[in-house]
Amino acid sequence: MTIQFNDETFRDDYSFHNSEWAIRRFPFPFHEDSYMYSMNAEQHRGGPDGSVYENRFDVDEHYVSEMQDRAKVLSEDPLRCQSLPHMTLAGWDLLELIMVSKSEDYPDLFELHRDGDQWRWVNKPLGIDDTFTFLDESTLPYGPMEYITRQSQGDFALLDQRDENLWMDAGMVTTQADWSLDFNIGMNFIEWHGPVPLANEMGIFKRALKFLLNIPQGSPGRRLNWTMTVNPLLDTSPENYHKWGIQKTTLTPENIGAKQHLRVELQTFYRLPRSNALAFPIRCYLCSFQDLMTMPKWGRRLHRVVRDLPVELATYKGFIDNRPLMIDYLSKFDDGLPTSPGIFPEPETEPPLKT
Amino acid sequence: MSAPQKAKAGAEKIAVTVSAVVPVTEYVTRFEFTRTDGADFPPFSGGAHTVVSMEDGDRTRLNPYSLMSDPTDLSHYAISVRREDTGRGGSAFMHSQVAPGDAMTITCPVNLFGLDWRAKKHIFFAGGIGITPFLAMIGQLEQTNGNWELHYAARTPESAAYADMLLAKFPTKVHVYYSGQGVRIPLESLLSGQPLGTHAYVCGPAGLIDLVHDTATGIGWPHSNVHSEEFLAPAPGAPFEVRLCKSDKTITVGEHESLLEAMEREGVDAPFLCRGGSCGQCETNVVSADGGFIHRDHWLDDDDRASGKKIMPCVSRFVGTTLELDR
Amino acid sequence: MSKFEFPPSIGSRPVWGTLEPRVGQAHLFVADAQGAEAILDVATPELMAAAHIIFITRGTDYADKLRALNPSQFYEGPSYDAALSRIKRVLSDAKMGLQVYISGTESLMGQMTNEAAQAGVPFESIQTEHRGSTARRMQCVHCKGFTEEVETDPFVCCHCGLNLFVRDHYSRRLAAYQGVCVDAEDPGNVPAQKGIYE
Repeated sequence: MTIQFNDETFRDDYSFHNSEWAIRRFPFPFHEDSYMYSMNAEQHRGGPDGSVYENRFDVDEHYVSEMQDRAKVLSEDPLRCQSLPHMTLAGWDLLELIMVSKSEDYPDLFELHRDGDQWRWVNKPLGIDDTFTFLDESTLPYGPMEYITRQSQGDFALLDQRDENLWMDAGMVTTQADWSLDFNIGMNFIEWHGPVPLANEMGIFKRALKFLLNIPQGSPGRRLNWTMTVNPLLDTSPENYHKWGIQKTTLTPENIGAKQHLRVELQTFYRLPRSNALAFPIRCYLCSFQDLMTMPKWGRRLHRVVRDLPVELATYKGFIDNRPLMIDYLSKFDDGLPTSPGIFPEPETEPPLKT
Repeated sequence: MSAPQKAKAGAEKIAVTVSAVVPVTEYVTRFEFTRTDGADFPPFSGGAHTVVSMEDGDRTRLNPYSLMSDPTDLSHYAISVRREDTGRGGSAFMHSQVAPGDAMTITCPVNLFGLDWRAKKHIFFAGGIGITPFLAMIGQLEQTNGNWELHYAARTPESAAYADMLLAKFPTKVHVYYSGQGVRIPLESLLSGQPLGTHAYVCGPAGLIDLVHDTATGIGWPHSNVHSEEFLAPAPGAPFEVRLCKSDKTITVGEHESLLEAMEREGVDAPFLCRGGSCGQCETNVVSADGGFIHRDHWLDDDDRASGKKIMPCVSRFVGTTLELDR
Repeated sequence: MSKFEFPPSIGSRPVWGTLEPRVGQAHLFVADAQGAEAILDVATPELMAAAHIIFITRGTDYADKLRALNPSQFYEGPSYDAALSRIKRVLSDAKMGLQVYISGTESLMGQMTNEAAQAGVPFESIQTEHRGSTARRMQCVHCKGFTEEVETDPFVCCHCGLNLFVRDHYSRRLAAYQGVCVDAEDPGNVPAQKGIYE
């Protein structure tokens, strides 16, 4: 399959858009008509053909534009990519994992030629053809983690494993749901989840940590997380919140369908072989409410989830003020029919929505 | 979420061919493997182990061994096995039954004894066959210009596996002590005076592990900087019966097998990584129990144990009338 | 002076302890202002025989009492910044087995913990005890500037001038709590200031 890459922006004029193909494969995060925190992780070893779960590192129509947006963010604020000194080896592990995966999964787009420690990497969509020495930082234009994550959609955290905990000691974070790598780098699993309400009381983090500490080499895992974003803004950073926060107040009944986006993170977990660290890619997918309404099952379900979400969670996810507007919009599509279980849209079998 | 997929939990398995069987000392033999599919092995980190499957008649033995080959050479993996004549039979099987050309299965590497990459210095204490993980750690630190030293205790020069090779290659970093000559590792003086940020690692008999921990604690080292690995072998015990709810089976765990082994014998899918009570992978929920648990793992915390709702089937047992597990 | 009871909070907010004597080959005490009282409470002749006390007075007069404990080394200075080069020098010589005791304000405990950790002291070897002021050291997440001695919520960033609310989210690496713009979604609507623990 050859991907047609969009020419689009995630800021200013917000020309980001999803094709029908991208909508259909959007990782809708609700497998039933309500939502509560859970780890809900499963193995990450493929999925249905064409789905975002099929390949280890999904590449889609937004790839080139997302990488251009990342370069802009880094140019304005280099602190979005940091690696503590002991994490360089983990960076090489990540580079190897991504290069091997992408060249195997997308041979028409990426090539990796290895001769001992002399590696040649060809990235056709971005026009890169570099030769370097594996494990020799002086042969790359950036550190290994930064080099490869400037060419990979989604944020990346590298977690050092020690003292029965995970430590966020390196990362590339430019498409985040309002958290700061510069502030969180060096924190352990419990510390960086400190601001998340409810989950700690529910014992979710203790169990999640045990699960992650146990991710073995060769057996990656995945889960979905979600939030809401007004405008298709990838870089919802705390650093720039004083600039973008005001956009949350621009929703109206007329523009909400186009402006309000469901933001989904496909989180995956890989044990890295040389460093024994854990790679934590956090891939962000955006879809406008009006595009979601083209899938009847998602239309019905999104209304019910947003309507019934506990106040703490709607507050933490930053849309408590806009929730009434969302419910007004979404309720018009919800005819009360039952929905089939699971996350996939099944447009062929779900009856159309009433609007 | 739930997207369809095929894989089971637990470590990935690799089909291998025994490429060499090399006697190292009177009791220690090295086994080298190549991949049956001809590819390179996955990279691994120093301190990682693999679990070797041994088809011993109608019984499958699964034993963990530290990978000791050079992590920079992925054309083969190697383990060294000390023959334990009073053990459960795995090492005797390796020594007596395994020959070059044999097909075997091993798991993808798992590391529960990794290097702390922040360390300003690594100091290794090995006792006997406990030398094996350090061989791979040294290989990795040499590649990354790490600062390390090794203190290796053995009974005699003849029984000190790989000591000659290590002394020849790293004469200023390797120190060997022979108890047969009355020489012990001078732990207290070695642990005193190490620079801030030093990490100590110990592998060997339980006595040496305890001694290193106690000596370090006694001069103010925190636990976080003293690392050890000790694979527990499952201890024998009275047979007991278990109801496995998900599998809809009732099985009996024999005196000389573990609960995990009994489940595997009955074809029940049970995940594992270390088989030694450390990794947590085989943690199993207890549905009901009338009796007491013999917890021997390093995994469950006090709350878990007090709850009576968890058991680690790789090393722990049960004494009582009825036990039902969610497996 | 009675100790302040911090209200329960989130997983990233540090929990300060109570100093207790530990086994070690050397003992480094660092305290500011009322933090001296924690040293006076924990000191024993055995500890003091291998102790180096670094005391930041911040206008208090505990120095004579500390000196009377007869530590093997004693330093008295006006501020953390003034003491820092000496602290770095002490850590550069230190060996595994060093025990670190830090008492006083959160700003001191945070910065000194970070300094010790940078030098390779394991977190487990560092004890803390809060005494004195409950003012916070805050980092503005927007301009990255630090504001010391913050006692109210919200407060004005002393570097970029934004109105920031005080979070409990804390970075050990920065030794600071996070301050975030309070009126981003409604510019100019800044809530009335109140004490952080009111």
